[in-house]
Amino acid sequence: MSSPAHANQAAHPYPRLYINRLGFWLFLFSESMLFAGLLATRFYLQGIQRPAELSQGLGLAITVILLLSSLTAYLSETYITYGDRPRFLRYTLWTMVLGTVFLVGVAFEWYAAFQHFPPWTPFGTVFFSMTGMHAFHVLSGVVLLGLIYYNGRRGAYGPQDAWPPEAVVKYWHFVDVVWVFFYAALYLVV
Amino acid sequence: MKPVFKGLAWGAIGAALGVGLLVLLRLFFGLPGWKLEPAVVMAYLFGLSGWLLGVGVWDYWARGWLGLPNRPYTTTGWRRYFDFDTDHKVIGIQYGVLLVALFLIAGLLAMFMRYELMQPGRDLLNSAQYNRLMSLHGTTMIFVAVATIMGAFGNYLVPIMVGADDMAYPRLNALSFWFVPPVALLLVGAALAGGFDTGWTGYPPLAAVTKLGALFYNLAFLTIGFSSILGAINIITTVITMRAPGLSWGRLPVFVWSIIGTAILSLLFTQFIGLAMLMIILDRVAGFGFFDPARGGNPVLYQHVFWFYSHPAVYVMILPGFGIALEVISHFARKPLFAYRWAVAGMMGVVVLSAVVWAHHMFVAGMSEKLLIPFMVTTELISVPTGLVFLSALGTIWRGKLNLKTPMLFALAVIFNFLIGGITGVFLSDVPVDMHLQDTYFVVAHFHYTIVGGGIFGLFAGIYYWFPKITGRMYNERLGKIHFWWMFIAFNLTFLPMFWLGIHGMNRRIADYVPELGGLNRWVSLAAFVLGASFILFVYNMVRSWVRGEKAAANPWGARTLEWLIPSPPPLHNFPSVPEVVDDPYGYGVPGTVHARLSPSPSPASD
Repeated sequence: MSSPAHANQAAHPYPRLYINRLGFWLFLFSESMLFAGLLATRFYLQGIQRPAELSQGLGLAITVILLLSSLTAYLSETYITYGDRPRFLRYTLWTMVLGTVFLVGVAFEWYAAFQHFPPWTPFGTVFFSMTGMHAFHVLSGVVLLGLIYYNGRRGAYGPQDAWPPEAVVKYWHFVDVVWVFFYAALYLVV
Repeated sequence: MKPVFKGLAWGAIGAALGVGLLVLLRLFFGLPGWKLEPAVVMAYLFGLSGWLLGVGVWDYWARGWLGLPNRPYTTTGWRRYFDFDTDHKVIGIQYGVLLVALFLIAGLLAMFMRYELMQPGRDLLNSAQYNRLMSLHGTTMIFVAVATIMGAFGNYLVPIMVGADDMAYPRLNALSFWFVPPVALLLVGAALAGGFDTGWTGYPPLAAVTKLGALFYNLAFLTIGFSSILGAINIITTVITMRAPGLSWGRLPVFVWSIIGTAILSLLFTQFIGLAMLMIILDRVAGFGFFDPARGGNPVLYQHVFWFYSHPAVYVMILPGFGIALEVISHFARKPLFAYRWAVAGMMGVVVLSAVVWAHHMFVAGMSEKLLIPFMVTTELISVPTGLVFLSALGTIWRGKLNLKTPMLFALAVIFNFLIGGITGVFLSDVPVDMHLQDTYFVVAHFHYTIVGGGIFGLFAGIYYWFPKITGRMYNERLGKIHFWWMFIAFNLTFLPMFWLGIHGMNRRIADYVPELGGLNRWVSLAAFVLGASFILFVYNMVRSWVRGEKAAANPWGARTLEWLIPSPPPLHNFPSVPEVVDDPYGYGVPGTVHARLSPSPSPASD
């Protein structure tokens, strides 16, 4: 803490880690309302319509990649809580790689989508806003993982100091769960 | 002032980077490099980031993310108010002063509107100018009503009232304040960029095609939304985790409960105003089709998303007013707060029900008729929990020994005014009546009675009540009382006739009306000028007392809650050691009891 020393803080019954976790979960609750709004918009504007041009193969592929990245993120968090720095770094890197592959997949998806349903068409509006908002979160997640990786390489974090990796990994899981809903709503509805 | 200039400089660099990035991207995709509105959006988003980093996030916070040592914070004295200070008391004063200034400016705009409406026909303003003035007045006042009590008193008092030394996240707290000056700049910028004429609600299709100023409005709402969400996270976490030993939920002051309710609403629903603004910006700037039927959109969607936030937002404006009113009434009636648990349950009931009432703003918007009756029922249902809060206030006043100081007068006025505002709300929630009253001055009178009569009168009750604690000086009681009666009478003379005007068909948001209503409008305008003038007295009293008022004692009101147990103004970190809460905050009349003890021995945990 670089803010002025907090004389009383230690006297409070809740440890700092608990306080951080609580605030972080509140942030995720708040974020989930944003995605819920986008999800509701999809059905409000387009019902359950889905254009045939949507590339199912690509959609499934990037979904699998993103879900796999949740596994590597989980391993990365677990290894730092056990103090295994090399594996922590390795899996953080893997998560970043998979996240980046996902983003490249979205870019291909967008390229194809522009031919068939650009943003100024009915389905394009919901498709680009949902995938765009989600991809923005993935991108920010990759940046945060990069920060964790950079600091981890310089010797930061350990079993007693795992909150930053934990927070970033939680964020990553959250973004993955959002995609599970968005994928279903965009690709799987009849 | 240096951090502010640094913030502005970094903001300018950020804006330039944003525009540069946009031009490169557009050229890459084979588009002409320059387009005004996307450039404004990019310049703002990058400029905002630059501003926040420059004003202090970089020096005191973000350097740590890159493994660099953070700079030590050394600012002292008045300069702290212009710096990234993490003390919740400094932040509370920053919020309070900035937002009260905005309140006065927006009130001045209303004076011009009333001047125009003094007689039928056009005199001072043409209708386009009137619309812009009205929109700026409404939007600014909404920001003030949403953020002032939460930002100023929520920050200043909640940590003290729960016995903590600061908020759970002091730096996040500073960050949420520094989002607000850009909002003020955007509102000024909107006026300079030709204004916006959409009202504070900014409905499409107009909002997606009108002047550049409307884009500033969208960005301002997005920004203050960020600030609210961060503030809400901070408040909830603080109250849950930082309460002093013995301060169980049943002993929490009712003001803190009201702020928790407010924070829950801000946390969950503010995302929707962000979404609504984002959709408009995408429609406008990137050609999306959310609200344009020609591109498959539906303008009614905007109203759903907008009101899903904006109806809960009226409780964001009202609940803290209730909290302050109940708090002040108990302390000044020298009686335990009547039905404390029911009052808290009432406020939480409002929080829950507020999620399912939004479409009563849309009875004539063309949504499915099946939704009319359900939303009418849920809306009328909300008077039940509100009634609990009222019963608590009345039960506390009943046979109390009322000490009619200025804060108490304002608190009683909250109850009086909100009763009128609440009862007229029942008419508006009734579908057939609303079809007649929609978009008339009846609505204007109703929401001024609730938001000004409840929220802003509550704010003034709070300002007078906590003025001695916050400034360490006493305000002039006689001027305070004169201000109260002046404001209270003028307020009622201004807004009560508007109900009648509305029933007789005077439309809101229009610069003109049928000549038959001229007489009453002249009356309303004159009363409004008197109301406006009352704030001169208020500002005089506040400024003079803050500079030269007599020194205030630690507990001038003889109140029991924690903030009155420490000196005025409170020292850094508030308490000499962790206080111990032993009893109810409102146990007046029970001899020998106290709410809390400041244990004399220093806490063993303090390093």
